[in-house]
Amino acid sequence: MTVTASTSEARSRPVQIWLVVWACALAAVLSVFLLQDRLPWAVNYPAGAIVPVADWVSALMNLIKSNFSWLTRSITAALGVPLDFALNLLAKNFKIGRGADMIILPRLSWVGVCIAAFLAGRAAGGWKLGALVGGCFLYIALFGQWTSAMLTLGLISIAVPFCIVTGLFVGIWAWRKPWAERLLISPALDLMQTIPTFAYLIPMLLLFGNSPVSAMIATAIFATPPMVRATMLGLSRVPSEIDDFSEMAGCTARQKLWRVLLPSARPALMVGVNQVIMLALNMVIIASMIGAGGLGYDVLLALRALKVGEAMEAGLAIVALAIALDRLSQAIARNHAQGHVYQEVSPSFWRRYPNLTLAIAILAATTLLGLLVPAFAAVPKAITFTTAPMWKTAVSWITINFFDTIEAFRVALILNVLNPVRAFCEGFPWLGAVFLLGLAGYQLGGLRLAALVAALTVFCAVTGLWEKTMATVYLCGISAFIACLVGIPIGLMASRSDRVEKIVTPIIDTLQVLPSFCFIIPVVMLFRVGDVTAMIATVAFAVVPAIRYTNHGLRQVPPALIEAAKVSGCTKRQTFLRVQLPLALPEIMLGVNQTILMALAMIIICAMVGTRDLGQEVFIALSKADSGRGIVAGLAIAFIGIVADRLFNAWTAKARARLG
Amino acid sequence: MADTTEQVPQAAGTPKDARPIKLACRNVWKLFGANAANFIRQRDGKASMADVAAAGLVGAVRAVDLEIRQGEIFIIMGLSGSGKSTLVRCMSRLVEPTHGKVEFEGKDLLKISDAALIELRRHRMGMVFQNFALLPHLNVLENIAFPLGIQGQDRPTREKRAREVIELVGLRGREHFYPRELSGGQQQRVGIARSLATKPEIWFLDEPFSALDPLIRREMQDELMRLQTMLHKTIVFITHDFDEAIRLADRIAIMKDGEVIQIGTPEELVVNPATDYVAEFTRDVDRAKVISARSLMRACDGTEHGGVVAPDAKISTFSASIVSAGKPFAVVNGSGKPIGEVTPQAVIDLLAGIERPGASA
Repeated sequence: MTVTASTSEARSRPVQIWLVVWACALAAVLSVFLLQDRLPWAVNYPAGAIVPVADWVSALMNLIKSNFSWLTRSITAALGVPLDFALNLLAKNFKIGRGADMIILPRLSWVGVCIAAFLAGRAAGGWKLGALVGGCFLYIALFGQWTSAMLTLGLISIAVPFCIVTGLFVGIWAWRKPWAERLLISPALDLMQTIPTFAYLIPMLLLFGNSPVSAMIATAIFATPPMVRATMLGLSRVPSEIDDFSEMAGCTARQKLWRVLLPSARPALMVGVNQVIMLALNMVIIASMIGAGGLGYDVLLALRALKVGEAMEAGLAIVALAIALDRLSQAIARNHAQGHVYQEVSPSFWRRYPNLTLAIAILAATTLLGLLVPAFAAVPKAITFTTAPMWKTAVSWITINFFDTIEAFRVALILNVLNPVRAFCEGFPWLGAVFLLGLAGYQLGGLRLAALVAALTVFCAVTGLWEKTMATVYLCGISAFIACLVGIPIGLMASRSDRVEKIVTPIIDTLQVLPSFCFIIPVVMLFRVGDVTAMIATVAFAVVPAIRYTNHGLRQVPPALIEAAKVSGCTKRQTFLRVQLPLALPEIMLGVNQTILMALAMIIICAMVGTRDLGQEVFIALSKADSGRGIVAGLAIAFIGIVADRLFNAWTAKARARLG
Repeated sequence: MADTTEQVPQAAGTPKDARPIKLACRNVWKLFGANAANFIRQRDGKASMADVAAAGLVGAVRAVDLEIRQGEIFIIMGLSGSGKSTLVRCMSRLVEPTHGKVEFEGKDLLKISDAALIELRRHRMGMVFQNFALLPHLNVLENIAFPLGIQGQDRPTREKRAREVIELVGLRGREHFYPRELSGGQQQRVGIARSLATKPEIWFLDEPFSALDPLIRREMQDELMRLQTMLHKTIVFITHDFDEAIRLADRIAIMKDGEVIQIGTPEELVVNPATDYVAEFTRDVDRAKVISARSLMRACDGTEHGGVVAPDAKISTFSASIVSAGKPFAVVNGSGKPIGEVTPQAVIDLLAGIERPGASA
């Protein structure tokens, strides 16, 4: 006790100093706000001093476009070959020749693909998984989404291997060269993952046109970072003894990497593969705006026309595809991590790979059969369902009967919560924000962090995007706040009861798998377009990490410490407040950090439902193919994310260091 | 003093100068910190612990000189942080020493090319690790055949050899199990088999049994002794367990703070500890199992003998019979000639832990 007393005494003085500093800083900012008639330039960034970064970027992009069109065209042509093959194979039929001489080779039969999906699931995770994966595909077929879903799947099937190979090599390089990792790869990965998905589309659209190829390139860039991270992490986590062993066995550098380190890191790599697949799916849906086609395009068209039923149907098909791909790749990852069950090596192919052989045979047979029986080639109309009218009826029923309630809720939310916060944020002096964030950076991480945070904030102001930036901060902040308000108590309950955890885990697993698009659809059905819709969809999307990290953080508090607290006579409440919470706090804050980043990503996508922030700026730039405007707004969004992330990380690191 | 002319093979205490030196460390240093290489070169390879600390360096291995002879079990014993693991890694160049020479059959290991080092490790060195270091994605057979595959041997050849060593370590029937399906003891058998597959001449064992529970550890120690009687490898064995060292060693080097403070047979350490630190280790040792008749004998004084023992016989092997006989036993050399005698009183004193001046050699 004496020890803690003396240390807290020693520590209390700097804390008090910081309190004074913060009080002065806040007073200064308040006075700037009150004196805004005298100092208008400190509140609203003067229009005359805006740096035309957007124009510079546009000029650069145009220069690239006009001088390197040979390059972009040849890339398009080269990538188009495998992509067309995959799309034809799964969705479009092969057409050879022209006009009357045209020979049509059919695409794979839907029956065959469903059975193959079932077989893959069964091979990876038994009958249950087989039924789930096969069922998801059958669902897609029966609900009339087959062609769109296969277009989406075709794009993914080409983009994913590309991401995996690229990510693996970049990861290996970064692992070998620590300077490259520190100076190049890590910042690049941070930026790639915080730039909103929309912003990727604009340069792709400009360079590669409105086509599946540019959608694929955007997807590949977006989905590669987790593979790079997984490779670096996996390699650095290989036990040093295994490293020593490979040296002692006399491995050359190449043998060591490919035969010892990478195979030993396989569990981590497979986690990366799973993430790549899920991110690729997410991005392919969003990339439908630049010509990816498929399910995302169906959702987009339906949302634009406010056909909620159709949007819901396509959205559910995305969900089915996402669940099938996620569970399948996770099961394969698990199998790989555990090694194979031994089988006598057999010389004949079909004995060695019975499931693969069977799947190929069934695909070939059903596809050939499709030439004779049309029902095998395309899903016959007679057996498909449509639920669109049902959704439509449900929505009209709700709006007729509950219109007043929903509307009252919506208006109350706007008037009492959203608008005041919005007014506060948009009126906040930019200079004050730079100053306060810089101060926070200095307190948490020293001069370097302060400089970074301040510089990124200044960028948002000098590019003339201050008001839109603050509009984004306001919506993102409110959504993240509500997500934490909902998520942390749920995580708390889950950490205290195994039964709650059992119920919550599959729900958040599924929520996490769903592409961000899907969250908008049901909300827009009830609340129409506007900030309220954006906020609710964002909360649903961003609540997952708050729940997960809270639960995990509280559960990982060593049981011995809790026992020690009980023995020293703590009540349940004291145990929680004095022992569990402080120890779990860094982990919970990590969850809050994730929640903020996810909320930011989602808010941007909500531009589709009519927000008025940076996301809308990107969205407009996309429709006008105005690359400079879009990229600068995209960077501003990324910088918001980076500022929040760095400050939170510094804070968490400090808290961790204190806990030891 | 003991007669040094008789020859009893394979016993502790016999002079081994006849055996060639397999591996030697000559003033080996491993320092961590900025400019460590300059620091020790400027001092000509001589520095005290205070010097090292004053320069802001950490001395993991300091001024180690030792010679390991062909076919012996040489144990490096020390507590955690004493530098024993770093030292053994210096011997195989897994860690590059800061200063000094490591000689393998008289050739400086630190001067050979990378290619030569790879060749040396592939064919002449083997190593067993504390946490087994098995490759999780390969089964037992593939793990054991792995070092051979690295050398470029084809599958039938390497699997044939792998099956031989599997037989040797008693893992037959488990060829297709994965490491995670085996118990700790079995996993270490795989580690041992894998390191023996290449028929190494020098065998590094880095705390091979420390991760196993005591009963299994005992069993594995016996297993190691059994293998050594068949294979006659030169063994460098790291341990923090003095009892294990006593059980297995021909000679033991005791390390503390990066330095070797004493090298000797178990008996020499027990009888003549160089420092209090060594004495502290040897205090709880069962002396009757370590000390031999040679150390306890005195010149014959003409009394009748109740039996005969070899000079290298451990006291524990004849303590019961000498006490019940009540008469001294003659200590005889290989040709049957008595060279001294051991009295029952001396044995009882030893067992009771009573020190009498002049009672031991």
